[in-house]
Amino acid sequence: MDGLDLQPVWLTIQLAVLTTSVLLVVGTPLAWWLAHTRSRFKVPLEAVTALPLVLPPTVLGFYLLILLGANGTLGAPWQALTGQPLAFSFAGLVVASCVYSLPFVVQPLQAAFEGLDRYAIEASWTLGASRSRSFLTVVLPQARRGLLTAIVLGFAHTMGEFGVVLMVGGNIPGRTQVVSIAIFEHVEAMDYAAAEQLSIGLLILSFAVLFVVYGVNRRWHAKAATA
Amino acid sequence: MKLDKWIKSFVFIAALIGVGQARAGEVRVAVAANFTAAMKEIAAAFEKSSGHHVVLSFGERRPKALESAGTAVARSRFTYAVGKLVLWSPKPGVVDDKGEVLKHGKFARLAIANPRTAPYGAAARQVLEHLKLWDSLQPRIVRGESIAQTHQFVATDNAELGFVALSQVMKTGGGSSWIVPQALYTPIRQQAVLLVRGKDNTAAHALIAYLKSDAGAVVIKRFGYGTE
Repeated sequence: MDGLDLQPVWLTIQLAVLTTSVLLVVGTPLAWWLAHTRSRFKVPLEAVTALPLVLPPTVLGFYLLILLGANGTLGAPWQALTGQPLAFSFAGLVVASCVYSLPFVVQPLQAAFEGLDRYAIEASWTLGASRSRSFLTVVLPQARRGLLTAIVLGFAHTMGEFGVVLMVGGNIPGRTQVVSIAIFEHVEAMDYAAAEQLSIGLLILSFAVLFVVYGVNRRWHAKAATA
Repeated sequence: MKLDKWIKSFVFIAALIGVGQARAGEVRVAVAANFTAAMKEIAAAFEKSSGHHVVLSFGERRPKALESAGTAVARSRFTYAVGKLVLWSPKPGVVDDKGEVLKHGKFARLAIANPRTAPYGAAARQVLEHLKLWDSLQPRIVRGESIAQTHQFVATDNAELGFVALSQVMKTGGGSSWIVPQALYTPIRQQAVLLVRGKDNTAAHALIAYLKSDAGAVVIKRFGYGTE
């Protein structure tokens, strides 16, 4: 083996960070709406949000392959706009990962928003706070543990993604070859040493991320208890 | 492992496992995914002519590895089919019958199977290297983890063309294709072995004989494979 290629690790981290960020932007309003609406669309939308939990990655990957394709609902306008195909691109992976990890971000946020103290929020309004100000100063601090869970789960789930990327990635080094795919390829090629090194790296990295996050969470919890 | 060694040790039907039974025998066969359709037809014809019962399961082992591990009967390994590589597009008029499209075509994506893990991918790489296009086409190559996935990339329009197996193209039909001359790549031999567990199973021996027979070869060829 000639030096371990760390490119897939970098790519995976970039994908996880970007996917989590996009999902926070898209998922927060969705979770807020789901937590407070009385609309008759609430239940069907909740079901749709949870679908990626239930469907096997092969089903998601298959639909995404069609959706992202040159004639697909997403792929065709993307190609018209950028001149590049969406499938087999990093952007395509971000789209796929957002679909795949959606429930892992939305569900903890929704639970956190549902558990909010309504009176505190309304009190902040009566004290003249704008909606955005009260969201930042009252809602987010109360919901921060749910927010943290959403970030951790969204990030972790994207890091560990395999089936969907295998279906829509095309295994291009530097563009779509994430760690899980690189490990799979090493195993298939019977290069167990390389597979093991990447696996151990991923294991340590994942543990470190979770350890830090849960450490922070515990300190917040302790603070909240003493406050 | 070396490329050509890979292709030679390439596997497909792998295991012929005998299950001891009186009278009409039963033979269990593990078949590689790509040979599934052909094997179903062969099994049906074999059952009709011999009275034996064939149980197919899908999954592959490497016959050569089985042989050296002592799980397979020594010297029972044989080539039952030779896979043929084809450059294919689901659209008519895209691929010409000399493969010139590779040099001049305006395509964004060319799908091949992963040369490191899939025999058809290794063959595709050899062809592109032969044509001195391997380096220049790199930015446009996408890799499927199996030949089935590679076909899927092309069939869903995510890649305009790809190197797939002739057996896949014969099944779906249509489009345009170039059957790559055998001189451009090492033959993709699909091999079978008799497992030690089945060495006294007459049904297993009969099925092997059937696979090697002219009747078997007719079916194998019709599904887009060559024979040796």
